[in-house]
Amino acid sequence: MAKNNESKKIGGAKRSILSVLATAFFVILSALIAFPLFAGLLASFRPGRELIRKGLSIDLDFSTMTFDNYIYLFGGKGGQEDSAKYFMWFRNSLFLTFITVAGTLLICYFIAYGLSMYDFRFKNFLFFLVIATMMVPFEILMLPLYQEIISFKLIDSTWGVILPGLCAAGTIFFFRQYMLGLPKELLDAGRIDGANEYRICVQIMMPITKPAFASMAILSAMGSWNNLLWPMLVYRSAAKFTLPIGLNTLLTPYGNNYDVLIAGSMFSILPVLIVFLVFQKYLIDGMTAGAVKG
Amino acid sequence: MEKNKQGNAFAKFIYSQKTAPYVFVLPFILSFCIFWVYPMISTITMSFQDIKPGGAEWVGFNNYAKLAKDAVFHQAVFNSIMYMLLTLVLLLPFPMLWAVLIDSNLVKAKGVWKAVLYVPALTSVVISGTLFRLMFSEYKTGFMNQVLDFFGHPAIKWLKMYPSAYFALLLLCCWRWTGVNMLYFLSGLKGIDAALYESADIDGATSWQKFCYVTIPLLKPTIIYVLTISIYAGLAMFLESFMLWAGNSSPNNIGLTIVGYLYKRGIEKNQMGYASAVGLVLLVVALIINMAQLVATGTFKKEER
Repeated sequence: MAKNNESKKIGGAKRSILSVLATAFFVILSALIAFPLFAGLLASFRPGRELIRKGLSIDLDFSTMTFDNYIYLFGGKGGQEDSAKYFMWFRNSLFLTFITVAGTLLICYFIAYGLSMYDFRFKNFLFFLVIATMMVPFEILMLPLYQEIISFKLIDSTWGVILPGLCAAGTIFFFRQYMLGLPKELLDAGRIDGANEYRICVQIMMPITKPAFASMAILSAMGSWNNLLWPMLVYRSAAKFTLPIGLNTLLTPYGNNYDVLIAGSMFSILPVLIVFLVFQKYLIDGMTAGAVKG
Repeated sequence: MEKNKQGNAFAKFIYSQKTAPYVFVLPFILSFCIFWVYPMISTITMSFQDIKPGGAEWVGFNNYAKLAKDAVFHQAVFNSIMYMLLTLVLLLPFPMLWAVLIDSNLVKAKGVWKAVLYVPALTSVVISGTLFRLMFSEYKTGFMNQVLDFFGHPAIKWLKMYPSAYFALLLLCCWRWTGVNMLYFLSGLKGIDAALYESADIDGATSWQKFCYVTIPLLKPTIIYVLTISIYAGLAMFLESFMLWAGNSSPNNIGLTIVGYLYKRGIEKNQMGYASAVGLVLLVVALIINMAQLVATGTFKKEER
């Protein structure tokens, strides 16, 4: 509204010129941003070896493009073995993402519930600790954590990958912010009806926290699907590799699987892209929660 | 009978309103101790030790003394700090301007641009790093060399020299994070009361004055948030360089960062003590820079009020 007032002053003609210019600017910016992925997509319809040998560039000659890489990726044209490997990574990634999201969300919800719905002695101190863990980059704790996971005999196991990140500070923070806005009277109403504390938490409060769950689920799923560093350290046997680790192993200079690499890379973006386009709003809510309140 | 009574007492204790919050936060306390305090202490201890397969040996400040003389480490610190500063220059003002533009009603089809700008953040660093490495290929058929060719410049080995390697790295990071930072600023802008702009209009303020005296001050919490996470992310950058050079070694360590060096010493060479010292130097540098930033922007003062 305020901005419209201003534009009335500027006048219609000048405003529409500005509008065209501003929109044109974003068209160009978006084209630049989309460029590498677009070039990658085009390249995925040509032999991977050519891509590695020549580097990535735009080649709009459609006559040399084939679906061979994708046919190979899905097991045709002698690609059964590589296809099986790729979809094993795909399944592993799906599995890891699912377990991580389910575990993180549940646990962080309970923690945030405790921190927002009750008054108890160490509440503020505990919340301060949650914030403090955000102040240390993961990369610094990576080595001692790695040793710890080895000594717990959790190396090469999914437990080893998910346990250290289960109580994600950002997720706790978000749930707490969200729940501070919920009416606490609901708890008393539940108590009067004879429900115990845990039933109230699960049966009364959890359903009305759904939007927060949706936001955090998307955010956590994206992070987990693309996570490379920690899973790469923990997983050792090739049968457990996730997509990012697996695709990374194809990147050796002596590799001969560049067809799978380029087609597989492009194909692995697809699920995230779909989830993003469908749940965009939730993702943005979850992501920007910290930025407004500071 | 006796046992039953005990059971009841226990159940009563667990179900009581006094105990419940502690039960809820228990996972955090456990995780905090096991996966934060313990590794923190162990990395501090290790940084004073020489870890050998047979056992650890106390070496006092030797690791730190060695770091002070380690030219490769200096290179890594220089790279990380340079990189962090340059990303601040590129990833703070520009995304903020783009956000103000999008928020200004001048731009049509906003949703499309917001989505497109965000898409790079959805791709795994494995994919984005590989795409950029191939775009910056040293062959003349690579895209960036074709661009040079268009301007009549001979092909160069982008990733093997200064400052083109830095340029590639920065471009990769801007590509990945511009849309994300823009979304942060957009959400901050949404929180600004439109009435403030109206009263500025009544006072006859120009667009530029409104930007300086209304938008910027009210966007301060968002700016500080983005600044804080950018400082951390910039100093702890590793995977972008890891992928751009397909592994942890770049010619003359052009792309080596502090975390890259930590990874090299700790994981590749299994020198946990030395690597721990590297990590702690990073932590201290990150904390000092961020504290200075928070004091300079007056964040602490605000909390006191």
